[in-house]
Amino acid sequence: MFQPTKLIAAGALAVFASAGIGLSAQSDITVAMQLEPPHLDPTSAAAGAIDSVLYSNVFEGLTRFASDGSVTAGLAESWDISGDGTVYTFKLRSGVKFHDGTSMDANDVKFSLDRARAEDSTNAQKALFSGITDVSVVDNSTVKISLDKPNGSFLFNMAWGDAVIVAPESIDGIKNKPIGTGAFTFQNWVQGDRIELSRNSDYWGDKPALENVTFKFISDPTAAFAAVMAQDVDVFTSFPAPENLPQFEADPRFQVLEGSTEGETILSTNNKMPPLDNVKVRKAIAHAIDRQAIIDGAMFGYGTPIGTHFAPHNPDYVDLTGNSNYDPELSKKLLAEAGFSEGFTTTLKLPPPSYARRGGEIIASQLRAVGIETEISNLEWAQWLEQVFRGKDYGLTIVSHTEPMDIGIYARPDYYFQYDNPEFQSLMTELNGTTEPGKRSSMLQKAQRMISNDYVNGYLFELAYTTVANSKVRGLWKNAPTQATDLTGVSWAD
Amino acid sequence: MKNGSLIFGALLSVLVIIAAGVSFLWVPFDITQLSIPDKLQTPNKIHWLGTDHFGRDILSMIMIGARTSLAVALLAVGIGFSIGVPLGLAAAARKNSLIDEVIMRTNDLIFAFPSLVIAILITALFGAGAMNAIIAIGIFNIPVFARVSRGAALSLWQKEFILAARVSGKSDFLISAEHILPNIANLLIVQGTIQFSLGILAEAGLSYVGLGTQPPIPSWGRMLADAQTMVSFAPHLAIIPGTAIIVTVLGLNLMGDGLRDILDPRVRKSRE
Repeated sequence: MFQPTKLIAAGALAVFASAGIGLSAQSDITVAMQLEPPHLDPTSAAAGAIDSVLYSNVFEGLTRFASDGSVTAGLAESWDISGDGTVYTFKLRSGVKFHDGTSMDANDVKFSLDRARAEDSTNAQKALFSGITDVSVVDNSTVKISLDKPNGSFLFNMAWGDAVIVAPESIDGIKNKPIGTGAFTFQNWVQGDRIELSRNSDYWGDKPALENVTFKFISDPTAAFAAVMAQDVDVFTSFPAPENLPQFEADPRFQVLEGSTEGETILSTNNKMPPLDNVKVRKAIAHAIDRQAIIDGAMFGYGTPIGTHFAPHNPDYVDLTGNSNYDPELSKKLLAEAGFSEGFTTTLKLPPPSYARRGGEIIASQLRAVGIETEISNLEWAQWLEQVFRGKDYGLTIVSHTEPMDIGIYARPDYYFQYDNPEFQSLMTELNGTTEPGKRSSMLQKAQRMISNDYVNGYLFELAYTTVANSKVRGLWKNAPTQATDLTGVSWAD
Repeated sequence: MKNGSLIFGALLSVLVIIAAGVSFLWVPFDITQLSIPDKLQTPNKIHWLGTDHFGRDILSMIMIGARTSLAVALLAVGIGFSIGVPLGLAAAARKNSLIDEVIMRTNDLIFAFPSLVIAILITALFGAGAMNAIIAIGIFNIPVFARVSRGAALSLWQKEFILAARVSGKSDFLISAEHILPNIANLLIVQGTIQFSLGILAEAGLSYVGLGTQPPIPSWGRMLADAQTMVSFAPHLAIIPGTAIIVTVLGLNLMGDGLRDILDPRVRKSRE
């Protein structure tokens, strides 16, 4: 029998129910990403996934990166730099408390920096602290840091996730229970699945709009697509399958943010392995590569071509793509000059991301067209780190270098691509001792030209930072100036 | 029709074999040259089965992929056959001896592992690639052939004509080679056909997880894996290699069933 009243009641209930879900979602968010952190101490591991969860949300440093990549005040509200540029005096914010209730003061800063630069430190970026000769506590809220020589990037260095301030009381358990000063407190970590944070009601700065945050880890691109489509997750940062982005863009439920990263995606070349030690051969490889085909074919159009190891959105960037334009005929000529008119065979070892696997197939085809045969092998990250990064047992590989301002790696002859140019090394030493912005910028430009002219690696494209989010989420970072998912300014639109 | 499945299965198998054979001489497009601007076309007049995400012609990929599948499966079954059958015959000739025990218990050990797990173990240890995939699939074919040939040979050893051969002084080796083997050949052919189709599935599975044939050599399994994230907007990328695998495996299985009906004396007897 048909009962209209029951039907109406049921309908009303459904409306209330859905409104209820809508309301509770206003302050909760689920953010998904591909990689899960190995542990939760950003000061003792290179894994970017740690910073992706904790930077700015849980841990803060003296200075910090803003969403545009600029360096602003963090736990230090102001600082003075001595006339000779070697002494930094930081004035700390007052009333800052760690999540365990203890207050953050100058002793914590001294502890953190001394720990990071110590002989037995496991910090992944020890170079950031190498110039520090002394850290002294002036009073509870003032810290004086002395450097061996002026360092133009010291404030920038202190903004890194590896330089965040930790407390001696909580350091023992930091890998599983991180205690910082940030706007969110760590709640729970279900390994293999998710990390939960919640709002820190004692936060010193502006209180975040979000109450509960869940980071979910979904490594499989197909599962990532399904999770977003089903709206199981509200945000997916660095979405792993660029081919799916047009679909999200066309769907009014979602927004796609396309920004820049610090990820220079390069065809890394073993500069010590014959015949790749010959600059003519490397130049031939550079001219054999059609960047646009790689961006279109591997990244479905997402990415910016680069001609050197530098981020295109940086004001000091020089566009050197013309230096290695796509010219297979020139490439063949260069190979002949180098004595390889018949071509040669080398290895191409590819880590898992799709830019490498797909980009590798495209590059293999482009190299084959000029006579260079490549033996492709697909490696998992652990194997790649072992064979390529540490073992230097490779000819070519494709990888994205995501650290900001990392042109300095070319001054390390033992780095995995083994570029050894004393001229470049002295330029970098000079750069590190220079603080004047104008001089720094011309030195950086000189450095970019130098590695481009030496064809150290094949420079492909700057990785795009693509975030898929519910169309009602506001305040997400569009760009990724450092590895971070800063949720302090994120909110839901009504 | 009595042999309907045999004829249908043989037709499908021959189709695949022809596609593989023709690919040696001619394919519609050169798949080593990628053409990104032509990517993700649906089937049309120029590209009969469309193009993939690199703009490669899918028909050409399928044809060369057939070659890969057949070659890997054939070699793998070859390994299983040439090692498994002698082992099985030896075990049967020395029934209940130490040799029999060692051979058959080792077989049981290999058999106890799911075949794909062995394959993954081998390729993980020795690296991914077509050769290691062949060895991996071959190894789990050994116990299959060993068991089949031992079982069939055991009953033959009881027969009078074998007894006659023994009385006349023939060695066990010669008896196995000259009298037992020809009499179990039918059975082995049927088993070989079925193992062949399993080999094709295994190759596709290994390539799907990235442990089989490496790029740029096309493989149906890897085509499926590549298509995975694109199914929502380019379903033909997955449907076409999926269909190719189904057709081949179905064809070989039907053919195997049909052959068994004709060749296997046990089945033949029960039907008569």
